[in-house]
Amino acid sequence: MGYNFEYKVLRVSKEIKSSVPTDNEVILGILNGSKDTLNKLYTSYFPMILQMVLSNSGDEDDAKDIFQESVIVLYNKVKVGNFELHSKLKTFIYSVCYRLWLKRLKFKGKNTNNVEELDKLVAVENDLEQHEEKDKQFKQMEKALQFLGEPCKTIIEDYYMKDRSMQEICEKFGYTNSDNAKTQKYKCLQRLKKLFFQTT
Amino acid sequence: MLATFEEIVFSNNIKNVKMKSEFELISQIDAYLKGELTPEEHAKFEVLRKENQAIDHKVVEHQNFISQLADYSQRKELMASMESIHQTLDVKSMVEESLPNSVIVKRLWNKYRINSAIAASIALITVFATLLSTGYFSKLDSSDYESMRRKMEVLQKSQNAIINNFSITKHPKGPTSPAQFGGTGFALTQNGYLITNSHVIKGADSIYVQNSVGDSYKVKVIYEDPKYDIAILRIVDPGFTSLGSLPYTFKKTGADLGEDVYTLGFPRDEQVLNKGYVSSLTGYKGDTVAYQVDIPVNFGNSGGPLLDNKGNVVGIINAKQKRADGASFAVKSKYLLKALDSIPEDSLEAKLVLNTKNSLRGLSRTDQLKKIQDYVFMVKVY
Repeated sequence: MGYNFEYKVLRVSKEIKSSVPTDNEVILGILNGSKDTLNKLYTSYFPMILQMVLSNSGDEDDAKDIFQESVIVLYNKVKVGNFELHSKLKTFIYSVCYRLWLKRLKFKGKNTNNVEELDKLVAVENDLEQHEEKDKQFKQMEKALQFLGEPCKTIIEDYYMKDRSMQEICEKFGYTNSDNAKTQKYKCLQRLKKLFFQTT
Repeated sequence: MLATFEEIVFSNNIKNVKMKSEFELISQIDAYLKGELTPEEHAKFEVLRKENQAIDHKVVEHQNFISQLADYSQRKELMASMESIHQTLDVKSMVEESLPNSVIVKRLWNKYRINSAIAASIALITVFATLLSTGYFSKLDSSDYESMRRKMEVLQKSQNAIINNFSITKHPKGPTSPAQFGGTGFALTQNGYLITNSHVIKGADSIYVQNSVGDSYKVKVIYEDPKYDIAILRIVDPGFTSLGSLPYTFKKTGADLGEDVYTLGFPRDEQVLNKGYVSSLTGYKGDTVAYQVDIPVNFGNSGGPLLDNKGNVVGIINAKQKRADGASFAVKSKYLLKALDSIPEDSLEAKLVLNTKNSLRGLSRTDQLKKIQDYVFMVKVY
């Protein structure tokens, strides 16, 4: 795979083009959790996907959805550490979006015959499979947390996601001692697990 | 705390661990994973993990679940960040910018196609209704078959001048306005019977004929046979006396394939000679009533005589095929005679006796023409 792919759809405006970050910048930025990188990534590549979706019977919201999904795929891939620069980042994003969009069109029962087939797409099937698995888990977790209710949800979020200490949580929720808080956290976690695996 | 926990672990199978001890284990694992244990405790726990597989499993299981929670929160965060970035984008202008024109057209088409379909249908219906009500369709014989009567409008000016000229100097009673349509006709008998195509005089209010020297006579229609495209006229003008004896005869058997033929007609205001040959013994689409003749004819030639070299009338020019050169058609003289036979006796005011004496035989073409030209008329239809 070369680095010089030319896509018809890549006619994006010039001022955006000038701020396109290099692929290495993006990968480093993702690993460091840089907001600036995300910003650049988003503004650089969204127009390309917008155009692809618009020219294939989709609208702005469709473009937004599948583009954001492709960014999630990219982030997961990079964070797991197996993002090898086989192709340009642009090509990767485009390929992911292309597949996602085809799938969505098929799901909608629309005719996908006239969707432009591009000559240079990279194989992203494995990434998409992994993404699907992760996506399932994400939705399950979302559902489980929703059913969990308060104060459990916040306690779990504070402790496991926001990395707060037991002491902080104890103060925040007004528990008389940290053991009570621990018991509460434990009960909440057990319930969450139950909810999570139930929906599987 | 750790001691009690160990006791439990060692004294019980992990499956039987009670609620309280499970709670303690999880708390321990949480603290271990979060790095909240003192280095001593940490080391101790690691040893425990190694020694007891059940505890190790528990740790891995818990770790997995927590990493899923972490994934969830990271993704949530990423989505929120993207959402806020998306808010700052001017998607509208991007849409306009990135949309190729064809897509805009496609979208407009999708949006308005029903409207345009309705509009187009209405337009079509209106057109056809108008054409139908104005009788346009009845004038159409065939799409690529053209009758050779001449529409006069284009020639209004020149003709106007000629007619005015003639009518003032010679025939003050003649029509002064230009004709609507024109064709050619020629004499059948010396007492004023003429023949032309029925399509030439179709829809006529009044008909005049004009000879090669510019004399105009009023004529009336004696008989019309649209089937053979033949019409018989008679000069009813009081100024008319006689045509003199006809130089040509009518050939009953018609012409043979390849025979040289010529015609005189009025594609413009002067007589024009055109010559050619019989190229087929059938007419348009195998019509046996007519020949196909390779003669260049124009509008206005309709009704002209088709003569062979010996001065016999073998047909009447009536049409040509559109978009094909040299494919003209002439009604066979046989059908001309048939049509004459079918004229009701009482519609004839004077005897219609065809000439049987040919005075053209053996003459050169120019001499033949000199004799014939007085018997070929321009038919002017008003």
